[in-house]
Amino acid sequence: MTKVRTQTIGAVRRTFAPWNDPTATPLIRFENVVKRFGAFTAVDHISLDIYEREFFALLGPSGCGKTTLMRMLAGFEEPTDGRITLAGQDLTGVPPYERPVNMMFQSYALFPHMSVADNIAFGPRQAGMAKGEVAARVEEMLALVKLQAFAKRKPHQLSGGQRQRVALARAVANRPKVLLLDEPLGALDKKLREETQFELMDLQQSLGMTFLIVTHDQEEAMTVADRIAVMNNGVLVQVDPPAAIYEQPATKYVADFIGDVNIIPCKVEGCFGTDLRLVTPLTPHPLQVTHAGEQKVGDEVVLAIRPEKLRISLDAPDAAAGNCFTGTIWDIGYLGDLSVYHVELPCGTRIKVSQPNLSRVVERPITWEDKVYVTFTPHAGVVLSQ
Amino acid sequence: MNRGPTWFNVTSLVLGFAFLYIPILLLIIYSFNGSRLVTIWGGFSTEWYVALVNDDQLLDAVWVTLRVAALSSAVATVLGTMAALALTRYGRFTGRSLFSGMTYAPLVMPEVITGLSLLLLFVAIGFERGYWTIVLAHTTFTMCFVAVVVQSRLVTFDRSLEEAALDLGCSPAKTFFIITLPLILPAVVSGFMLAFTLSMDDLVIASFTTGPGATTLPMRIYSQVRMGVTPEINAICTVMIGFIAIIVLIASIATKHQETVRRREEQAAAR
Ligand SMILES: Nc1ncnc2c1ncn2[C@@H]1O[C@H](COP(=O)(O)OP(=O)(O)OP(=O)(O)O)[C@@H](O)[C@H]1O
Ligand SMILES: [Mg+2]
Repeated sequence: MTKVRTQTIGAVRRTFAPWNDPTATPLIRFENVVKRFGAFTAVDHISLDIYEREFFALLGPSGCGKTTLMRMLAGFEEPTDGRITLAGQDLTGVPPYERPVNMMFQSYALFPHMSVADNIAFGPRQAGMAKGEVAARVEEMLALVKLQAFAKRKPHQLSGGQRQRVALARAVANRPKVLLLDEPLGALDKKLREETQFELMDLQQSLGMTFLIVTHDQEEAMTVADRIAVMNNGVLVQVDPPAAIYEQPATKYVADFIGDVNIIPCKVEGCFGTDLRLVTPLTPHPLQVTHAGEQKVGDEVVLAIRPEKLRISLDAPDAAAGNCFTGTIWDIGYLGDLSVYHVELPCGTRIKVSQPNLSRVVERPITWEDKVYVTFTPHAGVVLSQ
Repeated sequence: MNRGPTWFNVTSLVLGFAFLYIPILLLIIYSFNGSRLVTIWGGFSTEWYVALVNDDQLLDAVWVTLRVAALSSAVATVLGTMAALALTRYGRFTGRSLFSGMTYAPLVMPEVITGLSLLLLFVAIGFERGYWTIVLAHTTFTMCFVAVVVQSRLVTFDRSLEEAALDLGCSPAKTFFIITLPLILPAVVSGFMLAFTLSMDDLVIASFTTGPGATTLPMRIYSQVRMGVTPEINAICTVMIGFIAIIVLIASIATKHQETVRRREEQAAAR
């Protein structure tokens, strides 16, 4: 049942890209927002547009300002400079209880002295909803998070996963325009986490709300989000859909932060339209790389290549195979579906290569100390400035 | 290591308790003495309790004491809770540590000094001394006890609960009454109980700040004792001991219960 719905969501998602549409007006706008705590700048001139019905993820290392950005939108912190608008309305000076934004707290923050039903009813009651309507809304929310049997319990009588679902139900009960989720799945185990990620996407589609999620789990961000913003030290480094973040990282930092990557220092030796010839201390042969950038001859650059974009073999490739490194196997990580080979090059640098384990029995498996050839095509990597 | 009671532990425990409770026990026993002479046992009788009920002056003192205690501790609870909120909440205002130090100061200030300074104040501003000055004085000195008790609870209070309420559309004032107050209520109630018993017990500050017509029970007892201890005094003291014991018992059972509930909830919430 969930599977089928998820598929339809996928179909809807593929065509959803208002950020490419110049006529679309964003729902939330951060305009040059700065937040300082004393002398420390937690958020540094951030400008960001988030569109209606978007599932937007904020990703970044601990302490980079994700929570601060979210708390400014919720109204718990005022920006030091710049402004935030929601559906055209300037939010400066609007207190949290008057913003059509609800937040699901990292600690859940369930009211310990109220039952599950009262927790969920809290928002609708504050909004002045009639008694019967509140009860209906609570029923609906309980059904949504599949907790009908737990309405009368107190938060301390629930498991971690159940509490998290109550927190979610409470945050969406008021049908806010925007739902903020601060590391909502942090306390869950991997399996429950994955299930919940799909539930969240499902919920976001069926309620038609805009979700802004904070996470430092990149896989989670990739799974749920329409677009991801990568933050570092209070600045936005890149804002793009997951595939673009992964395949076309804008900087070395993003390439390194999202997924595994081999960073190969190079120097541009020749430039022929979009074809670059790079020299690197890692191999005596120059590398041929296709890249549409502003690199000039003589520039110091890095070539960022994902481990799965590299091919490994025991036999010498023919000259047409493209770029090639030679080295010896230093370590092998067997992950079931994949094997990750750590190849030591003659200069001592180690690179990672991952290969799917396509067949169960291999005639001559690659093993420790083997001399191997690592090849890649001109399109495999991204050239980034130092 | 032997963790069982040694003869030394047992002796010190027995001696300690004996020292504490034998005088009180004697007082209770002598309140049932049939003889007018305090130190000579004249058979069991409840006549002093009957005399108590007919002693208008004493009953009047009891009434004054209860009224002072109820009013001053109620006001002290409100003010003390507000002070505790201000001191834990409004982060780093100038002179914050001075303020919190000043809250604790009356706890260690000799009562004579508190009493004397209040007396000077009342005289200086020309406030007619009597029932109201005692209430004011007791509010002042019990307020800091309430503040300390409530403050220790607020330090561990999870602010994100209040933020969640605000986020869901609840105004700050309402948030205080439906989220914060119910959760800190056990501390506020024990603060109130503490203030009440402190006010009931107080002799020194009341003596300094009272005027004609307002005599509290401790003052009454003290002045009567100066003319000799009567079994009637023993009787009223016994009643007072019983009363305070009941309050303390209720308070400790209530806080203990609330504390276990809160622990359980907070542990569960932190999981
Ligand atoms: N009230 C505050 N006073 C002073 N500094 C603060 C305050 N709140 C946050 N900071 C600082 O701002 C920076 C960003 O904090 P923030 O909570 O936004 O990080 P984060 O990206 O959410 O990190 P995490 O992933 O660990 O939750 C941190 O260095 C933090 O110490
Ligand atoms: Mg955070």
